Amino acid sequence: MIELVSASRCIQCNLCVNVCPTNVFEQRDDQPPQIARQSDCQTCFICEVYCPVDALYVAPDADANVVVNESTLAETGLLGSYRANVGWGAGRQKQAQQDQSFHLLKKL
Amino acid sequence: MERNQISSASDSNSIQADVLVIGGGPAGTWAAWTAASEGAKVILVDKGYCGTTGATASAGTGIWYVAPDPTSRESAMASREALGGHLAHRDWMTRVLDRTYANVHLLSDWGYPFPVDDTGHPYRNSLQGPEYMRLMRRKIKQAGVIVLDQSPALSLLVDAEGAVAGATGIHRQTGERWQIQANAVVIATGGCAFLSKALGCNVLTGDGYLMAAEAGADFSGMEFSNAYGISPAFSTVTKTLFYNWASFTDEDGTVIPEAGSQKGRSVIAQTLLKKPVYAILDKATEEMRSIMRKAQPNFFLPFDRAGIDPFTQRFPVTLRLEGTVRGTGGIRIVDQTCATAVPGLYAAGDAATRELICGGFTGGGSHNAAWATSSGYWSGQAAALYARSLGQKALQRQVKQAGTPQANKPTIDPKAVVEAVQAEVFPYDRNYFRSQSRLVDSLGRLDSLWQEVQTTGQDTSNDPTQVVQAREAAAMVATARWMYRSAIERRETRGMHKYIDYPELDPTQQHHLISGGLDQVWVKSQPIANQTEDLKVLAGVGR
Ligand SMILES: Cc1cc2nc3c(=O)[nH]c(=O)nc-3n(C[C@H](O)[C@H](O)[C@H](O)COP(=O)(O)OP(=O)(O)OC[C@H]3O[C@@H](n4cnc5c(N)ncnc54)[C@H](O)[C@@H]3O)c2cc1C
Ligand code: SF4
Ligand code: SF4
Repeated sequence: MIELVSASRCIQCNLCVNVCPTNVFEQRDDQPPQIARQSDCQTCFICEVYCPVDALYVAPDADANVVVNESTLAETGLLGSYRANVGWGAGRQKQAQQDQSFHLLKKL
Repeated sequence: MERNQISSASDSNSIQADVLVIGGGPAGTWAAWTAASEGAKVILVDKGYCGTTGATASAGTGIWYVAPDPTSRESAMASREALGGHLAHRDWMTRVLDRTYANVHLLSDWGYPFPVDDTGHPYRNSLQGPEYMRLMRRKIKQAGVIVLDQSPALSLLVDAEGAVAGATGIHRQTGERWQIQANAVVIATGGCAFLSKALGCNVLTGDGYLMAAEAGADFSGMEFSNAYGISPAFSTVTKTLFYNWASFTDEDGTVIPEAGSQKGRSVIAQTLLKKPVYAILDKATEEMRSIMRKAQPNFFLPFDRAGIDPFTQRFPVTLRLEGTVRGTGGIRIVDQTCATAVPGLYAAGDAATRELICGGFTGGGSHNAAWATSSGYWSGQAAALYARSLGQKALQRQVKQAGTPQANKPTIDPKAVVEAVQAEVFPYDRNYFRSQSRLVDSLGRLDSLWQEVQTTGQDTSNDPTQVVQAREAAAMVATARWMYRSAIERRETRGMHKYIDYPELDPTQQHHLISGGLDQVWVKSQPIANQTEDLKVLAGVGR
């Protein structure tokens, strides 16, 4: 589930509020969005792909709450890792272009 | 963009369009694109955000893209015929393969960044979810489609003759109610996965089925609704391709005989009924591992974040219900345009039956994505032509909400209803493996639940989250009833429908099961050659 909206990184663009499929976030005046309905989070990681400043972190656990530490996540490269993998953001090559699944399907 | 401007009707909350598309996954966006390309004024509403929402946007899909040479096409068509229990139609497969091929080339023309294979040719059999759906959103906006995000539809509107004439809904962030009058409506709301948290599926609660049924539409193949996807036990990621290179074991590493991703999935289910099952992707070579990471980065998210190396470390797995998302049942379509039994209403993608191309075996991996783009294309085109044939005056029709007006009783707790439905449809020994006694038992409780949720259908609450969740709960109860009533009537084992009282395939039951009804659920059989006539009543009230 979504566990972090980093106040230090967030630029309050509210993209996550718009794109979340299950309407987990709530927009607020002059503050980063609030995780208002965490139990509705479907752990799809999509908000991370859209956040332009890697301010969000979705823990892999579907049901359990986990405590996360922002600086550890940043140090281990997990903040923004999915956006990087998908290849969105300036100067990145889109992952769609690097998809070599045909090598695998040949082996099936 | 004059032609696409929404004009206000006399009622200030009501807006008008030629075609309303409900749902903005691949099926809905293709429908919107073709309808707009035919010159129709199109509005697309999505419960979430068109571009990120639905099974494809989060998961990504392989797609049934097959070169048009006779040998490749023949083997593509033959590949799942037996698995699907010979319920698919060759003429439909041919059409879908042709349309998918053309549509994938359109995607290429529009700039989808397909990779090249080792012979230097574009490789077009795989679509990355966020990339594909962002492109589709951009294309439909360019075509002039008005997109309303975070705006779930709640009910259809019908005219005096019962033809569908629009829909009502709510903006779930502002709580504002909307009403859109339209000459034609395409339902593209996806399947129903019962809030199982299978990847990207929690927006897929069968809302479109319920709305369509209230307007009088019926279903085909609802017994083929028990697809389960493998995921790490703690995670939502039901991406299953790579489990072809897994060993499935006990906690101590003892291999579970016959367990596997494809044919051995039922062994996993049987074992999970007794004890935990673990997996390890130890059959993937070093070289394959980096290819896997590039092919499906979302597969690796849960592992990387939980600190597990899936190639060298065992992890517990589970099976999450994907219901009709990777099942094949859905709204019955009556002709090649994807029209439903109700005038003015079309169905596309997972909202519609996919038996026509995959019979009773899952359409995941390729067919479903092909069906979504093809059925979307046809339904959008047909809806635009139908809308034009009705003309502008049709927007003056007197309309009312489809379905019976509900009593205004206190709202029951949607979460409690959802949990009650899940208790009937999640367990492997009820839904993966079906038995007459358990189906009857579940249906008894589901029928009572239906009586209860009747009061939640027309929620007058002011909390939009509550309104939407109440409607989702009702749709899930209704879907489970069509599923299990149909399952009882297929007294054999065929496709994904495994009936322990009838473990063999029965050649005399090579037919479709059509179902429908709200208070009284009914099921009829229909010969496979004939899509529209000769319905034989099997259960419930006939029509
Ligand atoms: C993990 C996973 C992997 C898959 N892999 C493959 C694959 O490799 N190959 C393949 O062919 N298929 C695959 N599938 C199936 C495939 O994703 C679906 O068949 C496909 O997404 C169907 O498209 P759709 O447009 O009908 O539905 P969806 O993509 O699910 O979109 C439905 C849309 O309707 C919206 N909606 C729902 N209710 C309402 C409402 N009341 N009002 C307004 N909007 C509403 C939703 O928000 C959503 O945007 C996979 C599915 C899953 C879950
Ligand atoms: S998308 Fe990122 S930057 Fe924008 S509001 Fe959300 S967290 Fe903040
Ligand atoms: S992971 Fe998905 S459901 Fe959860 S907050 Fe992010 S976008 Fe919303």
